[in-house]
Amino acid sequence: MITREDVEHVAELARLELTAAEKEQFIAQLNNILTYFEKLNELDTSDVEPTSQVIPMSNVFRDDAVQPSLDRTKVLQNAPEESHFFFKVPRIIEE
Amino acid sequence: MDYEVVIGLEVHAQLSTHSKIFCGCSTTFGAPPNTQTCPVCLGMPGVLPVLNRRVVECAIKTALACHGEVAPRCRFARKNYFYPDMPKNYQISQYDEPLVVGGHIEIPTPEGMKRIRLVRIHLEEDVGKSIHGEHLDDPHASYVDFNRSGVPLMEIVSQPDLSSPDEAKLYLQRLRTIVQYLEVCDGNMEEGSFRCDANVSLRLRGAREYGTKVEIKNLNSFRNVQRALEYEVIRQTKALDAGEKLPQETRLWDTTRSVTRSMRSKEFAHDYRYFPEPDLVPLATSREWVEAIRRTLPELPDTRMQRLVTEYGIPAYDAGVLTSSKALADYYEACIKRYPKPKLVSNWMMVELLRALNRDGIEVEQSRIAPENLAELLELVDDGTISGTMAKTVFDTMYETGKAAAEIVQEKGLRQISDENALVTAIEQVLANNPKEVSEFRAGREKLLSFFMGQVMKTTQGKANPHAVNKLLREKLAEKET
Amino acid sequence: MDLHALTIHELQDLLGTREVSARDLTEAFYRRIAALDDRVHAYVTLTPEQAFEQADRADHRRQMGESGPLLGIPLAIKDVICTAGIRTTCGSKILHNFVPPYDATVIEHLTAAGVIVLGKTNMDEFAMGLSTEHSASGITHNPWDLSAIPGGSSGGSAAAVAADECAAALGSDTGGSVRQPAACCGIVGLKPTYGRVSRYGLVAFASSLDQIGPMTKDVRDAALIMNVIGGNDPRDSTSAAMPMPDFTRALTGSATGLRLGIPREYFVGGIDSAVEQAVQAAVQVLEEVGATTAEVALPHSEYGVAAYYILAPSEASSNLARYDGIKYGYRTPQWSNLRDMYMHTRDEGFGAEVKRRIMLGTYALSAGYYEAYYQKAQQVRTLILRDFEEAFRHVDVIVAPTAPTPAFKIGEKTDDPLQMYLSDVFTVPVNLAGLPGISVPCGFNSAGLPIGLQIIGKPFDEETILRVAHAFEQHTDYHRRKPPL
Repeated sequence: MITREDVEHVAELARLELTAAEKEQFIAQLNNILTYFEKLNELDTSDVEPTSQVIPMSNVFRDDAVQPSLDRTKVLQNAPEESHFFFKVPRIIEE
Repeated sequence: MDYEVVIGLEVHAQLSTHSKIFCGCSTTFGAPPNTQTCPVCLGMPGVLPVLNRRVVECAIKTALACHGEVAPRCRFARKNYFYPDMPKNYQISQYDEPLVVGGHIEIPTPEGMKRIRLVRIHLEEDVGKSIHGEHLDDPHASYVDFNRSGVPLMEIVSQPDLSSPDEAKLYLQRLRTIVQYLEVCDGNMEEGSFRCDANVSLRLRGAREYGTKVEIKNLNSFRNVQRALEYEVIRQTKALDAGEKLPQETRLWDTTRSVTRSMRSKEFAHDYRYFPEPDLVPLATSREWVEAIRRTLPELPDTRMQRLVTEYGIPAYDAGVLTSSKALADYYEACIKRYPKPKLVSNWMMVELLRALNRDGIEVEQSRIAPENLAELLELVDDGTISGTMAKTVFDTMYETGKAAAEIVQEKGLRQISDENALVTAIEQVLANNPKEVSEFRAGREKLLSFFMGQVMKTTQGKANPHAVNKLLREKLAEKET
Repeated sequence: MDLHALTIHELQDLLGTREVSARDLTEAFYRRIAALDDRVHAYVTLTPEQAFEQADRADHRRQMGESGPLLGIPLAIKDVICTAGIRTTCGSKILHNFVPPYDATVIEHLTAAGVIVLGKTNMDEFAMGLSTEHSASGITHNPWDLSAIPGGSSGGSAAAVAADECAAALGSDTGGSVRQPAACCGIVGLKPTYGRVSRYGLVAFASSLDQIGPMTKDVRDAALIMNVIGGNDPRDSTSAAMPMPDFTRALTGSATGLRLGIPREYFVGGIDSAVEQAVQAAVQVLEEVGATTAEVALPHSEYGVAAYYILAPSEASSNLARYDGIKYGYRTPQWSNLRDMYMHTRDEGFGAEVKRRIMLGTYALSAGYYEAYYQKAQQVRTLILRDFEEAFRHVDVIVAPTAPTPAFKIGEKTDDPLQMYLSDVFTVPVNLAGLPGISVPCGFNSAGLPIGLQIIGKPFDEETILRVAHAFEQHTDYHRRKPPL
C-alpha cells in the first residue's frame, strides 16, 4: 500500500531526514495503521457534512487597535542564531 | 503566425489597517527589524490568531467596488509549506471558501471600456522578509525580519481576460485607483504594498483552448509589469514560431538584464495540503453588514468613470485619467460646472495640470489652482482677453502664486492685442526692420511667414492676437512694394 | 498531619485559620518531591526560587485581608503549557531550551488567584502518547507500581498528584490525556467542553481537540480549579462565549433524578474484567444514590479511534511545522544548507512517536488522499457527534470505563503503536464530539492498580458530570486511598 517512495515523499514534505532503518520501520507501521483506517470505508458518508468545528460559532473578531509589540530582546532571546537583530539562517537559495 | 495574447493577473494588496490581521502589532512600514512582532506573528508555541474586523470590512468594500459577490459564509485555511520567512511554516489564507467570488473591473482602453472579470478575492496573512547575507554580513547566511509577518493581504485574481501588456498595465492602474479611492490600500508598488504576479500564454487567433501558461514573478513596478510581459510575448512567440513546446513554469523578471529567467525547477511541485484553519471560526457576512458598508462608500471609481463618458461625452481614456483619484474627479466636475466644455477642460487638466503636479510630486488637493480659477482662465481665452499661448504662461503663474487669472492678466498687462491699428503698426515696424526677408518672402519663400509672426510676437511681448497678426501680415506682405 | 496529602479545600481551611502559611506548604511539597521524585520522575523542571516568591506574595495578600479558594495553593503544571520565564519543553528535545516570554491565559488566571507553581511536569512528547514513555526527559513511573506507566500524555501531572508531590495539577487532553492518566493513577481528571478553557498558551497538538483540564485528589478540587481557569478569552477565537457558573454549586452529594446512559457498544469484549466489574459496581453505587440507568446506543463508537488517528496527526503535522531551528528551540549542529538544517533539526529534535504522527498526518492531508482520509474522518466525526446528541436526548450523562485496562507495564506496548492507539477507544470520541468528561477512581485490580470511571456530559454541562462524580465520591473512599510509596 504505502511504498518506500511514498514514505520518502512524505518525509520530504514534512522536512524529516529519516535514516534507512527509520524508513523501513515507518513503511511497516504506517501500512499497519493505514490498513486499520480502511475500517472507515464501511460507513456511507456521502450525505454527511464534515465537522471542522464542534462548537458552532462564527465571527470572532478583534478591533483594529495597535497593541505594544514584544520587546525585541525577548523576541530574539530564544533564537538559535541571531545577528544584527535578525534571525540568522543558512543562505536561502533563490528559487 | 498570428497569436492571441492571454494574460491573467494576481495582485496582493496590503491592507492599510493600523494593526496586523491576527494580532495587535503595528503595520507601519520601515521599522527596525523585529520591532513589530509578538508571540502570535512570530509563531511561538501555543499562540492563536484572532481576526481583525477592519480587514474584513476593507475586503467587503473592495468587493462592492468591483461588483463581486460577498460569500455569506467563508473560512480560512492553512497553506502548508516550509520557508524561513514563514514563522509557522504554514500561511493562514483562504482556499475553497474565499470571501469574494466573481466581480469585474472596467479598463479604459483606446477602443473604449473593456470589462475584465475577476475570479475571486480572498484574505491572507503576509510573510516576513529576508535579506541575503552578502548585503549584510555573512554571504553564507540569510537574515530574517518578521515585522511584515501577519500584515493583512487581499489577493485579487483576475480571469485571463487581458489581451496585451498595455491592458495589463491599465488593469493594474485601475485596480490601484479603486483601492486607493476606498482607502483600503495605499497602492505603493515600490514599498511592496501592491504586488503583482502575471500569468501569460499565447494561442493561435481563433483557437478555443488556452496555450501553455507561464507565471511571471518579481514585478515590482507598473513599468516592469509592462516590460516583462512585452518580453514574454516576444519570447513565447519566437518559441512557438520555431515549433517549440513551452514548458509550464514560473519565471522571474530580471530587472537588470530585462529578461525573464526560469526558476530552478523544484523536485516536487508544491503540495500545500490545504485544510480548514481549526484555530479560526467561520466568517459570516450578513446582508445587513454588507449593506451598512455599502452605504459608507463614495461614488465608486468605475461608476464615476462611466458617468463621465456618458454625461460629458469625453473619451474613455480621458475618463480613466480624470477618475484616477477622487480628488481629481471632483476637481474636474467642479470646473465643468462653471465652464461647460468637457473636452477642453479635460485636455487642460491632463496636459497642463497633471504635468505640473507630477513634476512636483504633489496631489491635486495641494495645487494652488482652484477649479473655478481654471474655469475663469479658459473663459478669458474664449472671450479673446488672452491668446491660447498666453494662457499657458498665465496658468504657470496661477500655479505658482495662487492668484486668479484676471488678476494676473491685469497685473502683468497681458491682455491680448487685437486692435488692428496697433497690430499694423507693429507689423509695419517688423517689415521695415527686415527688408531682406521681405524680398525673399515676396520672391517665394513662404516659410518666412512664421519668422515674421515670431518677430511681431516678440515686439508685442507675446500679446498680439495670433489670428489677427496672421491675417494682417499676409495682407501687408501681399501689398505691392511702395 | 501530612500537609502534602491534603486536598486544596482542606489546605485552604488551614491557610484560612493561619495554622499554616503558603510558604509552609511550599516547603512541605518540595520536601516530598525531594523524597520521591527520583523514583517517580513526575517533574521535569522545579522552580523553587519563583515558587517561594509566589508563596510569600500569597501570604502577604492574605495578611492584607484577601482570601480565595486557590490563594497560596501549590500546583504542578504540565510542560505543554507556557509559563513565562520558565523553561517549557513539551517533553521534546526540539524545545529543550525554550523559555516562553509569555504566560498561557490559564497561568495568568491562576497567578491572579494566588497559586504557587512548583514546577513543570513530564509528558509524552508534544502530548502524543498514553504512557509518558515518549518523553525526551525520561519515563515517569506510576506511584501505585513503579514498574507501571502512569498513563499519558499527562503522566507527570497524574503521578505528581497521586504521589502528593503537589496539591493538584494541570494537564491537557486531546484524546484522553487527562482522563486516562487520572484513571491509571487513581485520581480525578476533568476534560472540559471544547472551548470552555482558553487554549492560548497551550502548545498545540490537535487544535480542534485540545483542552486544558484539572487533575486533582477529589472532585471538589477539580471544581475549584475550573472556576479559575475557565471562561471566554479574547485571545482564543475558539473559546466559547458561555457564561461561567460556580462549579462548586453542583457538588450537592446527590444524584437523585439523574439519568445515566450506559453505552451498549462499550461493554462488548476487549475490556479487562477488573475494569468491567469496577465500572459496573460504580453504576450500582450511583443507582443506590438516586440515579437511574438506561442503555444508550453509540453505534459509531468503533470508528472513533480511526477517525481520531487521522484528524489529530493531520492537525499536528501542521502545528509542529513551526519547529524548524530558526526562531527558537533546538537547531542541528550538522548542516551545510537550509534544507539540511530543516531536515536534521527535525529528525534529531523529534522522537519516534512524534515523527510517526507527523508522517501519518502529512500523508492524510497530501494531494490525492485528503478526501479518503481527512475529509472522511471529519464526516465520521459528524456521525459520532450525532450519536451523542441522540443519546443525550434520553439521558443526562453517559458512564463508561475510562480505559479498557489498568496501567500496563513500562515497555509492554512500545513496540506496536496501533495497539497503543486502540486503548484510547473510550476517550477519543469525547474529544471528537467536544464534550466534557471526567474520570474518577472507582476501584483497583488485584495487583492494586487503580481503575477509572468516566462520566461524559452534554456540551458545557460540566456541572452535571461534577455532580454525578461528587455523589459517587461521597459514597466511596477510593479517592482517599494513597499509593504505597
